[in-house]
Amino acid sequence: MVQFVVNGRQVDTQADADMPLLWFLRDELGLTGTKFGCGQALCGACTIHVNGSAVRSCQTTVGDAAGAAITTIEGLSPDGMHPLQVAWRAHNVPQCGYCQAGQLMQAASLLKDTPNPTDQQINEAMYGNICRCGTYNRIRTAIKEAATNVKRG
Amino acid sequence: MMFDTKTLPLITNVSRRNFLQGTAGVFVLAATLRSLPAHAEKPPQFAGEGMPNGLRDKPDIFLSIAEDGTVTYTCHRSEMGQGVRTGLTMIVADELEADWSKVKVAQAPGDEEKYGNQDTDGSRTTRHHFMTMRKVGAAARAMLEAAAAAQMGVPVSEVKASNHEVVHAKTGRKIGYGALAKAAATQPVPAEPRLKSPSEFRYMGKSDRQLVDGFDITTGKAIYGIDTRVDGMLYAVVARPPVYGGKVKSYEAAEAMKVPGVVKVVAIEGTPAPSEFWPVGGIGVVAKNTWAALKGREALKIEWEAGDNASYSSDAYRKQLEAAASQPGKVVRSDGDFEAGMAKAAKRVVASYYIPHLTQASMEAPAAVVQVKDGKCEAWGCVQSPQAARERLAKRLGLTDDKVTVHVTLLGGGFGRKSKPDFFVEAGLMSQAADGAPVKLIWTRDDDLQHSYYHTVSVERLEAGLDEKGKPIAWLHRSVAPSIGTTFAANVKTQIPIELGMGFVNTPFVLQNARFENPEAEAHTRIGWYRSVSNIPRGFAVQSFVAELAAAVGRDPKDYLLELIGPPRQINPYSIGDQWNHGEDPALYPIDTGRLRGVIEAAAKGIGWGRSMPKGHGLGIAGHYSFVSYIAVAAEVAINDKNELSIPKVDVAIDCGPRVAPERIRSQLEGAMIMGMSNSLYSEISFKNGAVEQTNFDGYLVSRMDIAPAEIVVHFVGGDDWNQPLGGVGEPGVPPVAPAIFNAIFAATGKRIRTLPLKDQLNSSA
Repeated sequence: MVQFVVNGRQVDTQADADMPLLWFLRDELGLTGTKFGCGQALCGACTIHVNGSAVRSCQTTVGDAAGAAITTIEGLSPDGMHPLQVAWRAHNVPQCGYCQAGQLMQAASLLKDTPNPTDQQINEAMYGNICRCGTYNRIRTAIKEAATNVKRG
Repeated sequence: MMFDTKTLPLITNVSRRNFLQGTAGVFVLAATLRSLPAHAEKPPQFAGEGMPNGLRDKPDIFLSIAEDGTVTYTCHRSEMGQGVRTGLTMIVADELEADWSKVKVAQAPGDEEKYGNQDTDGSRTTRHHFMTMRKVGAAARAMLEAAAAAQMGVPVSEVKASNHEVVHAKTGRKIGYGALAKAAATQPVPAEPRLKSPSEFRYMGKSDRQLVDGFDITTGKAIYGIDTRVDGMLYAVVARPPVYGGKVKSYEAAEAMKVPGVVKVVAIEGTPAPSEFWPVGGIGVVAKNTWAALKGREALKIEWEAGDNASYSSDAYRKQLEAAASQPGKVVRSDGDFEAGMAKAAKRVVASYYIPHLTQASMEAPAAVVQVKDGKCEAWGCVQSPQAARERLAKRLGLTDDKVTVHVTLLGGGFGRKSKPDFFVEAGLMSQAADGAPVKLIWTRDDDLQHSYYHTVSVERLEAGLDEKGKPIAWLHRSVAPSIGTTFAANVKTQIPIELGMGFVNTPFVLQNARFENPEAEAHTRIGWYRSVSNIPRGFAVQSFVAELAAAVGRDPKDYLLELIGPPRQINPYSIGDQWNHGEDPALYPIDTGRLRGVIEAAAKGIGWGRSMPKGHGLGIAGHYSFVSYIAVAAEVAINDKNELSIPKVDVAIDCGPRVAPERIRSQLEGAMIMGMSNSLYSEISFKNGAVEQTNFDGYLVSRMDIAPAEIVVHFVGGDDWNQPLGGVGEPGVPPVAPAIFNAIFAATGKRIRTLPLKDQLNSSA
């Protein structure tokens, strides 16, 4: 039995402790907002927060998560109004949108640690998140706008 | 070369005969994904009418209005990031005079008898559906007006639809769309409804709409193929033969069956080459969750029989292509006398360019859920061609099409891969084997990179003879590449019309003594579409070669390119050997060299062409016509003393005719710049002993945020006249990126690189 908290809800599971959290979240909890992209921590599509830090859920097992507080894109904000989500929509960042949950979770972690990131800091923090549609310029713009809004708010 | 409509009937008849015979028939298969069009004996139809099952323009097919006023528009084209669900909705809602906040978008299942053609590819959704979707919205508006006039007892000429209600100006009476919906539905559908004049447009041509799926995407609610969940669903992956054309010699499932959660191991019969849209075969593992299916697959013991392609290795094949390109091949266009021109030349320049296999690598790999039960099949997935998926499922499962439903989810990228519904058939076979349980089949990244339908590999060889003034008086272009046709028919060794017409025979330069040849090449893997298709090698080779010629005679490359394009004129593509013309009527879509010049000049102006550059910096430019749009890219590169490259700025100029959703056009071009950088700098699929060497994003490299320029500036050229035909947008941005970058590298370093991708070539001594 492994216990952890997902988006504020207590989860007790008998699932294989070696199962990547990615598949547990998607297949067992039905939280499909977290995406599968590569399975080897090479693309960032599966990024979630474990105890507030961005991690790749394809390389974090159910066993690793014991006792942890996990946040997925579904729990990033109660109403979809996290400053990053708002900025993402204002700039129409997504094209296909598939990688964007991972991008948002990575960016949220960046802003938590670095409230006013430079372009260089954004590039470094987001380097591990691939967007095949090529929305990088808008992601940068939206992160900077959200950073400004967080400060104002 | 001037445009002459009189020659058209003859040329099109010849074209029609050709495609009913032999090789050119492959073009029909490839271009339509399906059977020969029913109207094959009739004169050719162009644009949307020329696609299988054509177009529909009736409001009852696409629109419904509820009593609370909610308008539901059913989108019949697939959304893969190009913005169709937003763009088409803008067209319909605008003509309908609908309040945007009251419009919902539903997604049509694959049903071309009802919806008309649904193949979302070829950068043609907006240009094919601009008029039909306007008619849909306008007809519904007219029906609402008629219903309101009847209810008010006034002539219909006195009422007008305005922002979700119909208004009688004289009396100030208004009735909302919801209240009118029932009565409007009983009104006759006008055959030719009045369309708005552009001055009345409220959504079209403007950039103030947010994406219809923006909220769901940013909150994790959006459903892609891999996200589909059905009660009682099982999960599956397939082990496929590493070499195309190979098969299972023997396998042992016992260890896999011991993995907790594994339910079934299923052998899938593959279709030998040409395997079209059918599975390549292998062993499937069905389990209670994805993790168990993956572990079960690892535990399989399979002995493969490699088949005919076991010796396919990219290094050796490149040499074969280069050897073929140095010998004469099938002549596909000839103007004047190349040899005579070359004999008179004061200077000769020869260059050979190599463009490796590439793959789509959409972030969502292929995925589908299929249930085959009680003589019916229901499927969900990320597919660009839902009708093709439906027909393949029906055929392989022994059902009729009407027993098969294919629901289209959002696509996590497509880029051509998801036009091929082989993965739906795999999922269907596994559901059948699992006693009718719904089965979700996923492809891992390894599966996706190792068993794709690859962008071809090519050698483009160019030779030019220049006179004393540096002007070309002889031009030879040989293009050698395995054809997409090989995926659909046996014994195809030369390229099909859609490939010839992608920046090869339709090169719109002022050329005397020009010859275009296509030597033979055999395929040893599945060749398929990848965004921009054959325009990628042609854009790179031709636009690099022009800059090489300019350098050979000490001229400015932009001026030299404009001179080669020559004065503004309209060229009938049929007259220069392109009998495809992206499926468009050459009378409506001649190649307009003035428009090509216009975008080159706009990109040059944007980047500040001719300005003095800091050490290690250089500017490059390229212009390329494709998907009936005109695009130029100007790039600034910077190379530091460690030979590391960055791209500070890119200016891209497009003339695609009228712009329905300018904001999505900008986003497509921004994305095309980044994907073009992947092709230029990083990406390569290579084969060794028949198998792909890359297994994940550590081997198949793509652009990451660090290479994204500080600035990508999109310039719109022309397009102010809404009566002008629309051009494509999704694909044409990609081809000019590589030559612009490599021309800029030459400007910065004096080094001419003719092999894609760049990888570490800046450090090599060649």
